[in-house]
Amino acid sequence: MGQIILSGVTKRFGDAEVIPPLDLDIEDGEFVVFVGPSGCGKSTLLRLIAGLEDTTAGRITIDGRDATGMPPAKRGLAMVFQSYALYPHMSVRKNIAFPLRMAGASQAEQDRKVEAAAKVLNLTSYLDRRPGQLSGGQRQRVAIGRAIVREPSAFLFDEPLSNLDAALRVGMRMEISELHEKLRTTMIYVTHDQVEAMTMADKIVVLNAGRIEQVGGPLELYRNPRNLFVAGFIGSPKMNFISGPEAQRFGAHTIGIRPEHIGVHPTMGDWRGVVGVSEHLGSDTFFHVHDTGLAPGLTVRAGGEVALRHGDTVFLTPEADKIHRFDQNGQRL
Amino acid sequence: MARAVTPQRKLLNTVLAWAVALLLFFPILWTFLTSFKPEPIAVASPPQFLFFDWTVKNYVDVQNQRNYFDYFWNSVIISLGSTILGLAVAVPAAWSMAFVPGSKTRDLLMWMLSTKMMPAVGVLVPIYLIFKTLGLLDSRIGLTLILTLINLPIIVWMLYTYFKEIPGEILEAARMDGASLMSEILYVLTPMAVPGIASTFLLNVIMAWNEAFWTINLTVTDAAPLTKFISGFSSPQGLFYAKLSAASTMAIAPILIMGWFSQRQLVRGLTFGAVK
Amino acid sequence: MSTQASRSAARLMLSPAVGLLLIWMIVPLVLTLWFSFQRYNLLYPDRSGFIGLANYVNFVGTSGFLDAILNTLILVVGVLAITVVGGILIALLIDQPLWGQGIVRILVISPFFIMPPVAALIWKNMFFNPTNGLFAELFKFIGLRPFDFLGQAPLGSIILIVSWEWLPFATLILLTALQSLSSEQLEAAEMDGAPPVKRFWFIMLPHLARAITVVILIETIFLLGIFGEILVTTNGGPGNASTTLTYLVYKEALLDFDAGTAAAGGVVAVILANIVAMFLMRAVGRNLDA
Repeated sequence: MGQIILSGVTKRFGDAEVIPPLDLDIEDGEFVVFVGPSGCGKSTLLRLIAGLEDTTAGRITIDGRDATGMPPAKRGLAMVFQSYALYPHMSVRKNIAFPLRMAGASQAEQDRKVEAAAKVLNLTSYLDRRPGQLSGGQRQRVAIGRAIVREPSAFLFDEPLSNLDAALRVGMRMEISELHEKLRTTMIYVTHDQVEAMTMADKIVVLNAGRIEQVGGPLELYRNPRNLFVAGFIGSPKMNFISGPEAQRFGAHTIGIRPEHIGVHPTMGDWRGVVGVSEHLGSDTFFHVHDTGLAPGLTVRAGGEVALRHGDTVFLTPEADKIHRFDQNGQRL
Repeated sequence: MARAVTPQRKLLNTVLAWAVALLLFFPILWTFLTSFKPEPIAVASPPQFLFFDWTVKNYVDVQNQRNYFDYFWNSVIISLGSTILGLAVAVPAAWSMAFVPGSKTRDLLMWMLSTKMMPAVGVLVPIYLIFKTLGLLDSRIGLTLILTLINLPIIVWMLYTYFKEIPGEILEAARMDGASLMSEILYVLTPMAVPGIASTFLLNVIMAWNEAFWTINLTVTDAAPLTKFISGFSSPQGLFYAKLSAASTMAIAPILIMGWFSQRQLVRGLTFGAVK
Repeated sequence: MSTQASRSAARLMLSPAVGLLLIWMIVPLVLTLWFSFQRYNLLYPDRSGFIGLANYVNFVGTSGFLDAILNTLILVVGVLAITVVGGILIALLIDQPLWGQGIVRILVISPFFIMPPVAALIWKNMFFNPTNGLFAELFKFIGLRPFDFLGQAPLGSIILIVSWEWLPFATLILLTALQSLSSEQLEAAEMDGAPPVKRFWFIMLPHLARAITVVILIETIFLLGIFGEILVTTNGGPGNASTTLTYLVYKEALLDFDAGTAAAGGVVAVILANIVAMFLMRAVGRNLDA
């Protein structure tokens, strides 16, 4: 089981309200990602759930029990830290066994569970090394192993991939997703990287200044962002925003259109502009188009083979049904 | 500074550095040499360096005059005892300040350090009277207690600076893994801080060993450590250079040798963690 | 960044240390304050009673009081100057490539391990003695009249002994700090055309600021209480030439048996030490935070 309910959870550091009263339901077995820019309170929220920080007000319920005042150890959760937080003076085996040792498990049980976890995580041949002798990815797996053996009701991940290089990050992303498929245990994952959020989550919680901007599945957020913040945060490259007369033509204060929803043509279209920098990724090309008179610059996705040069004139046409409309408060219309 | 220097330059550095080092070390060396001289040679003019009739008579004389080992054991017990006691009190305190810092932590640390600035003579009379009342005069327990209190601020500060270098996330991980506060300190913090605790330990043993105000003023014979042993040679025996040197060598040798062997850890400790 | 539970645990674990130090500070201080207002001479225990500020007047009126304050200042500042400047020079030297660095380090650090009474006895008898001390021999050798160090320059001689004891400490801290200076910074300065002296002045010295602060803080704490060296070498004399505040209090208490006046002196010393401490902590505390 791993159902977590936050009701009215608030956190203040002195006078600063980091998290205004917040409600959130996390269902058993869900993979939930907290995403938002740095300083949005996502890590603090995770630490509140973990019990590493006190809530100023509100209730945290884990599997129907009020856990608000419980110490971290009693909550039945496991956490993987950004720095991995491995115990440098213990071997990998001892690291993974530590939670079992603290729970007073017998040596035989410790051995059995450590071996099992090591097998799942491909760590068997590293069990007698120290963390200092492992690569970043291996350390990450040890941290996960230490979490697994507790058989927690939920896993908490605090930006676990941010210290890895790009290639490794993609690999670990898949491993964590697979682990979730296998264990079907609730996972709460904090990241500032919307790609991680989109690729891994069942449910994304977009946070901004301690407030929940929107909760939903990846595609739901992509298709129906509730406000300008979510629209701008989810999706890569960022959604283009246009305000002024062109937006009013659509009956909105601001309209948004994703780069992938704009057609490019050399001679005809709705909007005219000049090509600036272009980024060739092979499969796709992103053009930055200037002098449209609509916005300082628009990003447009075209096929990988489209050949346009710096200074060429192009015509852009948005897909009408993919235009997002927002009012003057930034809310979706 | 991976840049190569010319051999001439390196030679010059070597000569200069050795000259300075030997100059600083010379008083100790001279004492050591003199301790093996017959008394007349010790005051000979011009001074004799190496070529004299080496003798251990001075050591025998000193030992006959007062039993070195009584003092030695008192020094060992008092300096080890006060350091261990100090660590036992300081480890939890340093844990608190390093991992649960409050707005007053810095002030608290500075206050602790400032208690060390209190001139010992200023409170000698009351402490003497309290000790007399409690029957602690000339007792190892009393002296151990005093030295613990004197060195406590330094121990706390040193441990604090070492603990600060341990990432808090690791302790939080232990907490998430179900460790109680005791297990957290015992199984995670302490093993990680071993180098720091070791150098704190060494430095404080040395400071306690060499403490010469309280140890001299609060003891007579029973608890008298080596500082008292040597102060007995101040006069008129001070005029017997060879015997004085032998006694001095006996008083400083144990801690000097320990200091040499633990030099690496000590250097780290000496900087009080404040210099990286 | 913590929970209520860990904060209360922290308070609990902090309390033994704080409690002990509080007792250690308050009890003797209160007793000293009490004695300082009493007629209390160890030779005449029957003559007692409250005498107001007489002890203070007595102590401050002692002929040596101002001398003692001045001597204390000269001692502390003198030793600090010698050890910091000497420490920087020696550290710069040892930091250069040379043969036998490890042994050089051990030799330089050694004086730090010597207990003060031993240091004072060695220097007093075997070096400073005007008839057969090594310095006298040296002076005779180069054709000078032997100089009576402890008689003619008592305070200077004590400064020399104490500096010898503390130079290793300063050197080691400064050496450690020097070694942590990234060579890239020095190379950048060299590329910018800074000659060695300017590299030292503009790059190394600012880098050493923190280490120098630590040296000054720690040494001052110990130097204010310097006692054994004076007792063994000069007994504060000749006259009051080498009597520090610490030693003056000691003289009142244990040589004149006037515990009341000694207590008053103790209070004065504590007050002065706290003034120094306050200045020091202000200056240093900030520097240490960085």
